[in-house]
This record gives sequence, structure tokens and C-alpha cells, in this order.
Amino acid sequence: MEIVVCCKRVPDTSEAEVAVDTSGRDIRRERLAFTINESDNYALEEALLIKEKLGGAVTLVSIGPKEADDVLRMGLAKGADKAVRLTDDKFAESDAMARARILARAIAPLKPDLVLCGSQASDDGEAQTGGILAELLGLPHAAYVAKLSLRHDGLSGSAFKVWRELEGGLLEVLELPLPAVVTVQTGINQPRYASIMGIKRAQAKELKVLDAAAAGVAPGDVGTQGSGTALEKLFVPVTESHAEILQGDVNEASGKLAQILKERGLL
Amino acid sequence: MSGILVLVEHLRGEVRDVTYEMLAKAGSLGAALKQPVSAVVLEAPGGVTAGKVAGLCDNLIGIEDAGLKDFNAEAYQQVLGDIISSEKPSLVMMAHSALGVDLAPSLAAKTGMPLVSDVIGISRDDKGFLLTRQMYAGKLNADWRFKSESGMVTVRAAAFKAGDLNGLKRESKHASRAIQLSLRRKFLGYEEAPSTGVDITKATSIVAVGRGIKEQKNLALVEQFAKRIGAEVGCSRPVIDAGWMGKERQIGSSGKTVKPKLYVGLGISGAFQHTAGIKAAETIVAINKDPNAPIFSIAHFGIVGDIMKVLPALEAKIVELRARA
Repeated sequence: MEIVVCCKRVPDTSEAEVAVDTSGRDIRRERLAFTINESDNYALEEALLIKEKLGGAVTLVSIGPKEADDVLRMGLAKGADKAVRLTDDKFAESDAMARARILARAIAPLKPDLVLCGSQASDDGEAQTGGILAELLGLPHAAYVAKLSLRHDGLSGSAFKVWRELEGGLLEVLELPLPAVVTVQTGINQPRYASIMGIKRAQAKELKVLDAAAAGVAPGDVGTQGSGTALEKLFVPVTESHAEILQGDVNEASGKLAQILKERGLL
Repeated sequence: MSGILVLVEHLRGEVRDVTYEMLAKAGSLGAALKQPVSAVVLEAPGGVTAGKVAGLCDNLIGIEDAGLKDFNAEAYQQVLGDIISSEKPSLVMMAHSALGVDLAPSLAAKTGMPLVSDVIGISRDDKGFLLTRQMYAGKLNADWRFKSESGMVTVRAAAFKAGDLNGLKRESKHASRAIQLSLRRKFLGYEEAPSTGVDITKATSIVAVGRGIKEQKNLALVEQFAKRIGAEVGCSRPVIDAGWMGKERQIGSSGKTVKPKLYVGLGISGAFQHTAGIKAAETIVAINKDPNAPIFSIAHFGIVGDIMKVLPALEAKIVELRARA
């Protein structure tokens, strides 16, 4: 089983303040911590679980600057076999479609049986990569997968079963033939941590860096030229309403809140 | 390039609310741009969905085929791809739902239409369509453009108001067409989450906990607080993903929609996937250490601080108030 996992290095903004930079089209990155995109981490774990059960190899593919090597090395430390990082000045300002073209160029020659992506990136929240990639690779796909079963009882050799998460907790069950592209929801498994031994071994594993030419990406397919959409402006949303923030130290604010809840008959 | 195409989303015979929200938005855009609104309904022969949206659009494109009984992204992509290439709409709208997210990206790649996903605002000026969406978990908004005259969007649920559908009433022209599906992907069925007896949709008070709880052992403090005020414990997605609570306690678009008298959000940033489930709560209280957390824009009262410090203090104050009463 040859498995490819697409992973993205993203800023962790879940509890950090986010500010727009002077270009007005990007965020200030200097004070943010970066990590593997959350759902990509679940996709990686799913790939490792499949490999442990059925054998094969896991290849990580990422678009990003040198710093993205940290994300790839951590994936290799957890048990992935090799990694490819795609980087080129020509990739700047690529939209989701253009980025998927870059990934597709790198993935196609690997002839994977299964391509796993996270369901969405936590920075842009677009949820587009997996679906576009499937179309570009000519493969069937399923998005928002919360459970996956290969070699399921009663299914033919190349078919597998996926459970897609719909609204309200309902699951949609599908059968897909391999090869296929699947986007994985958070919570599908419990991602492992890398072991000290794994981190040592990762240093010897292959991490290939490809630019546009090496990956076979035509300059017109990426960057501003290859993108059908453009981000015009990033801004702090103006909210119609805002909570009354109870001021004071912890005791004072808590006292005010307790009083409000009592007056409203909520205690 | 003319006309606005809306994909009608339906599941097990029910038209999803987001469909009416899209039809209302398409109706006002269409009126301003003098472009017709076409609703596309894909369903099994004898389906009832087309009848539910007839009269809410200018053109109703209804396609019936046994292969369209349940949603299948591959089938939808084939049919919609054909409709888009013959109708050449200026804007294609579908929901940013489990259906739309499964369909739109590959359909965009197939048709060559640019796609802006999860939009919460659509307007039009002399430069074309202006699409607004959130980034960085709702902390920033972004304005996007298609670089061509036409494009595709997936629309966030509740971003637009369905309003008074009578205002949309019009004569719909019906059209149909023959299709030939060739599918690799096969729909097998639906599975409901197993029921465990806890029903947070009926709770009058809910204390909900999110990513900010940090560690499983911290949940004990939350449970104790909930017990003190007679509340049920709920949570946002990260707590479920970590395996710390059962799926039946998840609040939000992929969990339950709740309508308690009191909702207290602890360490919940307020991503729309969660807040979609608490809009009907009467009093919303949020405690979060990030003063810019989106939850504060929908909460009535807030405390900026660390939940592990605020919660014991709040509990002590409540005990004190009760003792005085």
C-alpha cells in the first residue's frame, strides 16, 4: 500500500491574537508558533495505522518554506518513510487550485493507492485541496471522513469503505475503489507522539526538496497567473454586538457575574 | 455568462435551511443584476424536493434519476458539470456543508470555474463579485475576488437570512434533461450516532468546555461547577476529538443544537461550527483568555481570564450568594 499524506505547516492561532500586516493581505507571523495543520496530523496517523496493518510506505508531501521541514521531520519521526517539500518563489500567491496543481505534480509520479489530506487547513479554512487533487489525479474521492475501513468484509480487493460525517452527527457510508483521495476529519483516531528513537531515525530518512522545474510545474499554472481567485483584503471583522466584559480581578469579575446570574434567576 | 445557479441541498426528503437562505440571497442579487435565478434539484424519480422550491426561482432545473436518490458527489459533479457548461451561469452557489465541501472543489477543477469557499458575504461592484469569508478560525475576515467574470461559491449556513419566502414567489419555468451516470463511488447508507441517554438538547443550563481546558484532568473542575449550578456538561469539537467526552455532548453543526436558558462557554473560542449550535440560548456567558475570541461577539456577558482561575472564584461567589439568600 503506497500512501501519500498532504500536510501543511500553519500558524497556531487558536488561542493567539492575530493581526494584519502592513500589506493588508497577510498576517503578522513573528510572534506565532507554527505546527502541522490539525486535521493533517490525523491524516498522517491514519496513514501510519494503515501501513502498520497492511504494509507499504507513507510519503509526506508539503508546499512550504524551509521551516516546513520541521513538520515533515516530525512526520518522519512518527513513522512516515519519506518526504517531499515543494518550494519556489513562483508559488507565491497561489490559490487553492494552483496549490493543488503543485501537489498533483509531485504526487502523480508516486502512483499512490491512497492519498490522505486533512479535511481543511486551520489557517484559511478553505477545505478545497483534497477534492481538487482528486479531480486533477483522475481519482474518486470522499471528504470529511470520520472512519475508514480497508479490506472490509464482503468488499472486493480494491474497494474500501468510508464513513463521511454529515451535519448533526449523521454518518454517510460509501464504498470507493482504490486508488482514491480521502480527506480526514479530526477525531478519526488519536495521533501518536514521536519517540526519541523515531526522532533519531528521521534524520536519516529522505527529505527531497523540489522547485517548480524539478516538480514539472509550469510557471503559468501557479502563482498569481495560475490562480482564478485573489485575496483582496484581510481585516478585523466589525461585530454587531459584543459581550459586556465584566471588569476587575478574578474575584471581582466573578462576583459581578454571579450577581447577574442570580438576578436573572439562572442559579 | 448570465444567471445565478443555486444547488438545492436536501437530505432524506428534507430541504436544508441553507437552501432557502441561498435562494433568498440569489433572489436579491438576481434582482439587482437583472439576472435570472435557477434552482437545480437532483433527485430520484418521483421525488418531492422540486415541488418544495418551485415558485422560489425563475428556472427550476429538475433532474430525476435513480442514481440521484441519495447524495453522491460523483453523480452530482457529472450532472452539474453538464448544466454549468450549457447554462454558463455567472455565479454558482452551493452550501458549505458536508455535501458542498465534498462536491465543489472537484467540480471547480472539472469546470475550470474559480471557487471561493465558505463565504459569509456576497456583493457586486464595478470590479465584479466581492466575496467575504473568515480566516484564522474567525478572527479575521477576508475579501476575495474571482479573476474572471464568473465563479462558484460555497455558502456558510445562517450567513444569509431566508426571510419571507413569499417575497421570492414567482413563476418558475421547469426544465429537465436526460442523464447518463457512470459512478466509481457507491452510496451504501446512513448511520446514526448511537444513543446513550444523555440529551443536552433538553437541558435548561449548559456548561460547555472547549480547547482551552488543555488537559483531561481539568474536566473535574468543570463537572463540579456544572453540578453546583444544576447544568449539563457539553463541549466543542476538540474535546470530542481528544476522546474526553462522548459524541452526544458535542454542540455545534456536526453535533447538537441546544436552546438552554443559560449557556456558559469555558475556553471556547467561538468558531462558527460551535456557535451555530448555541444561537438559541437565552443568556450566553463566555470565559476566555483571548479578549478577541469570536465567542465574545455572540455572548451577553464575558470574563477575560484563565478558566482554571475564574471557575473556582465564580463557584465560591455563587455559594456565597446562595448562603446569603
